[in-house]
Amino acid sequence: MNKSVYASPDQVSETKRHILTVLVDNEPGVLARVIGMFSGRGYNIDSLNVAEVSNDENISRITIVTHGTSEVVSQIEKQLLRIVPVHSVTNLDQEGSSVEAEVALVYIYISDTNKKKVYQLCDLYRARKIENENNTTIFEIAGASERVNRFIKEINEITKVEIVRSGPVAISSIQKNEEE
Amino acid sequence: MNNEITGAEIVLKSLAEQGVEVVFGYPGGAVLPIYDTLFKQNSIKHILVRQEGGAIHAAEGYARSTGKTGVVLVTSGPGATNVVTGLTDAMMDSVPIVCITGQVPQHLIGSDAFQECDTTGITRPCTKHNYLVKDVNKLSSVFHEAFTIAQNGRPGPVLIDIPKDVQFASGTYEEKNKIIIPSHRLFEPSPDFEKNKIEEAVELISQAKKPIFYIGGGCINSGPKASQLVREFINMVGSPVTMTLMGLGVVGSSDKNSLGMLGMHGMYEANMAMHECDVMINIGARFDDRVTGRLDAFSPNSKKIHIDIDESNINKTINVDIPIIGDVKQVVEKMISIWKDKKYKIHTDSLKLWWDKINKWKEVDCLNYNNEGKQIKPQHAVQRLYELTKNTKTFITTEVGQHQMWAAQFYKFEEPNRWLTSGGLGTMGYGFPAAIGAQVGHPDALVVDIAGDASILMNIQEMSTAVQYRLPVKIFILNNEYMGMVRQWQELLHGGRYSESYTDSLPDFVKLAESYKAVGLRAKTSDELDDVITQMIETKNTVIADIWVTKEENCFPMIQSGSAHNEMMLSKDQKQDKKSAEKGKILV
Repeated sequence: MNKSVYASPDQVSETKRHILTVLVDNEPGVLARVIGMFSGRGYNIDSLNVAEVSNDENISRITIVTHGTSEVVSQIEKQLLRIVPVHSVTNLDQEGSSVEAEVALVYIYISDTNKKKVYQLCDLYRARKIENENNTTIFEIAGASERVNRFIKEINEITKVEIVRSGPVAISSIQKNEEE
Repeated sequence: MNNEITGAEIVLKSLAEQGVEVVFGYPGGAVLPIYDTLFKQNSIKHILVRQEGGAIHAAEGYARSTGKTGVVLVTSGPGATNVVTGLTDAMMDSVPIVCITGQVPQHLIGSDAFQECDTTGITRPCTKHNYLVKDVNKLSSVFHEAFTIAQNGRPGPVLIDIPKDVQFASGTYEEKNKIIIPSHRLFEPSPDFEKNKIEEAVELISQAKKPIFYIGGGCINSGPKASQLVREFINMVGSPVTMTLMGLGVVGSSDKNSLGMLGMHGMYEANMAMHECDVMINIGARFDDRVTGRLDAFSPNSKKIHIDIDESNINKTINVDIPIIGDVKQVVEKMISIWKDKKYKIHTDSLKLWWDKINKWKEVDCLNYNNEGKQIKPQHAVQRLYELTKNTKTFITTEVGQHQMWAAQFYKFEEPNRWLTSGGLGTMGYGFPAAIGAQVGHPDALVVDIAGDASILMNIQEMSTAVQYRLPVKIFILNNEYMGMVRQWQELLHGGRYSESYTDSLPDFVKLAESYKAVGLRAKTSDELDDVITQMIETKNTVIADIWVTKEENCFPMIQSGSAHNEMMLSKDQKQDKKSAEKGKILV
């Protein structure tokens, strides 16, 4: 349903997080078309991820995390399909089962007093230390957003950190036949 | 053998192969190579407008009156930004347009060069698709794809931005039939598409006691055959039918089933029937806010069938029971064959009761107005125009405002593609250039722009175009010296404070016409009206007819914003209750 003042007040469906995966022709301006549709029609983008997934066919996969009622999200899907270079739109929450993961890189301010605690925590979360030429403490953690959130919360309680996150990517885990 | 040609030649060759006969445009630095090529050929005619905004509305008028794709050619920078309104208009009203813009040479892109702008960036939200062509060898395939996309599925505007160096560069031309467009870039329903839903829908219609067909512009876009099929199906069912502003003409005004237009200024009987129906069959309309009024009170007790080629229109504002995605022509054809096969028939007694009820509503005579006095009533002017032109092949265009609604209410359309108006975007200044485009497409027809005194000034410069090409377009101005619709809203919703809606210092329209070497006519009183209209029709030249109408006439009936279909205002005396008027004020 739209959010205009004309909208009927009886809409009750609750706002939920949705992961949309959009296959597009990898041509100039395609990302602008997709995100422009979101901003132009007043929808939300919580995170966005784009990468080419097949070199030969020139196709990119855009993963968008958004939130909204099921009516809003269904309208988002249909508006995305109107965009000429869009091949397909899949709502992974409707597919039933999917797996998602994201990567975070964490620069940790380390001192003699917190060093032990930091390494213990990183170990617990299986965060991996990334060697670098300046020999600073940078950890990489991958996994579901929830897990990354928890890690960041806990490390923040120990010391100061700087964080960069990729935002989630996701794929359907339903069994497919090879011909498809 | 070297069969390379220049980019500019590829442009012209592509247009020729696409069957383009006429281009509306305005030259400038970044399109000079294309204009040079245009000069050297004879197959494509160019209509020089006086402002790019006029070019695109003219192309829209041409497209909507002929069913072909309208083509626009303008330069970079201001040329491109001036067509943005028209592109948005074509997007909202689903008009097939291919707009070619020049761009600064590639090595200058991004340098803030003279007359540079990010054309593809600016036009992305107001086109169906757009291209910046960097490789001359891709130019022909881009053109062929652009024409296909403009016409395919729900039609719309497509823009092609061509840097000047690409217009000069040499490359190879590829023919239309050598281009393969991947299927995901187009909408191609299979013949059996939605078969079950169509069967379900026809069965639902057959069980209806109070059906109504709600017809929109999609039926016109689907081609003249679609209108024929829709008429045939409605006749078989025996159901009443109402049309949106964009759908006027799909079913003839004189058709016994027609209730006329619905919506904000629609017919009382049409809106009441929409409110009380039990089965609503929406064909090619999109539940626009001008049609639905208050959503939570929209046709509360009906099952709704919605046929649309654009899936995003389904459940966008109104939830429907049976959505059918497809082309009107194909879907209705299938509906007819199912209706015949299953020998469906609507229950005669309940249908009769339904029509009795509707005929009672008709007795309200909602278009009734007081036609006393010597002054010309605007409604009367449109009625006389209709009576005096109904036996001629006539195209009516309009600007936007009160005159547009009076034209929709009082001019009776019997055929599709004869009525050209800016519905979705509501663009003042649309009507006159659109009339020019329609006249270019139909040189022998009568083309009348029913205008208001404020709207006509928005593209008045096109007088020069009309006269240059000897286009006998008639401008029929309902002159009340106000922006009438603005004034009406100010009267009804803003305590009669007519803030900036009175147009002081209007030109003398007769002298204005004469200064362009056109003909100017004026009617000040009712007894002059018929003579002026007759003279206007008989003049084989561009005419401005300045019709002085009563200044403070309001357009009724009216559903005020925020009200429901059964809460129509039939006259000024019938005030809306204060609470819902306050609520409606924030709406447009």
